[in-house]
Amino acid sequence: MQSLNTQSSTYNDTVVRQFSIMAVVWGVVGMLVGVIIAAQLVWPELNLGLPWTSFGRLRPLHTNAVIFAFGGCTLFATSYYVVQRTCQVRLFGGKLAAFTFWGWQLVILAAAVSLPLGYTQGKEYAELEWPIDILIAVVWVAYAIVFFGTIGRRKVKHIYVANWFFGAFILAVALLHIVNSAASPASFMKSYSAYAGVQDAMVQWWYGHNAVGFFLTAGFLGIMYYFVPKQAERPVYSYSLSIVHFWALIFTYMWAGPHHLHYTALPDWTQSLGMIFSLILLAPSWGGMINGMMTMSGAWHKLRTDPILRFMIVSLSFYGMSTFEGPMMAIKTVNSLSHYTDWTIGHVHSGALGWVGLVSMGSIYFMVPKLFGQKQMHSMKAIELHFWLATIGIVLYISSLWISGVMEGLMWRAINADGTLTYTFVESVKAKHPYYIIRLLGGTLYLSGMLIMLWNVLKTASNGKSAFTTIPTVAAHA
Amino acid sequence: MDINLLRILVTVASFVVFIGIMIWVWRNRNTADFKEAANLPFEED
Repeated sequence: MQSLNTQSSTYNDTVVRQFSIMAVVWGVVGMLVGVIIAAQLVWPELNLGLPWTSFGRLRPLHTNAVIFAFGGCTLFATSYYVVQRTCQVRLFGGKLAAFTFWGWQLVILAAAVSLPLGYTQGKEYAELEWPIDILIAVVWVAYAIVFFGTIGRRKVKHIYVANWFFGAFILAVALLHIVNSAASPASFMKSYSAYAGVQDAMVQWWYGHNAVGFFLTAGFLGIMYYFVPKQAERPVYSYSLSIVHFWALIFTYMWAGPHHLHYTALPDWTQSLGMIFSLILLAPSWGGMINGMMTMSGAWHKLRTDPILRFMIVSLSFYGMSTFEGPMMAIKTVNSLSHYTDWTIGHVHSGALGWVGLVSMGSIYFMVPKLFGQKQMHSMKAIELHFWLATIGIVLYISSLWISGVMEGLMWRAINADGTLTYTFVESVKAKHPYYIIRLLGGTLYLSGMLIMLWNVLKTASNGKSAFTTIPTVAAHA
Repeated sequence: MDINLLRILVTVASFVVFIGIMIWVWRNRNTADFKEAANLPFEED
């Protein structure tokens, strides 16, 4: 136990260490479940004939584990790390910060138990039943108090742009979660949505798309704006572009949800509005991507020797790719081909494995040595290997699902001269089989990279010991 | 007041605020403030 004196002069990195380690652990778990369900799609018998291991129950377990357990722990760890260092002050509310860690782990555990048991609200990415929803809301409010409390007592005048993104992510997720989870409980672990019909669908996809926009984009852009400059050892390319990037994203994202409901009972004008705003989103997305990429100008040679920087820059390339693909798929005519096909799954994973996954791994590789008083990670060779396994895995994953998605979309709409369907549904399922095997291979490669990372992180942690970084005494003028 | 009028006003106001932010950022793009802000991650250790 440190004395009170050292407590006030060092950063609170205990909670950052806890979240960083658990991010990697949950990453392995979540991706393993992903590989299992990918294998089930190839060999359906792998569901073992049991309800608890059926695809319908394991799929939400996979999405919740990778988004909220892996992604969530990464966001907690990085935001706590960044906000202290760019505000030059110790994290606000020591006990409350510890509560966010244990509370979040409890949420994850409750999800891991309740989802295989079949408890679900049936809303994508918001499956967890009402008692867990309440726990999430409580932990999230504590998170907001810790984060904004730290900003409130900062020693520097300016709030660094990464903190704006983290702050927006925290506020938006609170709003989305509380509105979309509104339900009337029927019993313990059973509830009914507060909304009905098409309104329910619209609220769900307002939530669903902004979970992508704020949880998986704004939060990880906060990571990008701190860790890319740090690893490249030069300030962000354009600070003014980062401000425009932030506000453009904030003003636009909230409107894009209806593109998940093209050609449904949702009013036509709402669909068109969602499509237009999705197209507009290309501008801020690429603005941010270019800002991150151009930070490398004059330092591109570092990519040759620095695998951690490579994680971050390839991540930005996937961000650029998927934010081009997304608006394109939101166009109604394109969507009429892509919707309900594997193309959507391929698109999501180009964002999730490529952008979110790689930037998370890069930032954790950056933080872990510093958190445990080491010069660098235990094995730089292992990081290199991880990078190539992950990159090849992503390419196999998304290209196989592009092919199978476009193929099945075309098969579904093919019509004979007499107006009858050319293919039965089961023929399209059968045609996808080889691509599902390639997808499984890609996912397995990605998971094996994550296992190497877990070994590397645990080795680095056990080689060193918890480091207590001193807060600079002379405050910056900024 | 009609709720739709309120909705229109909020949307238009948001747009005007965004244009305002763009102008403000453009006029301040080369100031010392932005330079110092961009260097914040490097002043910690």
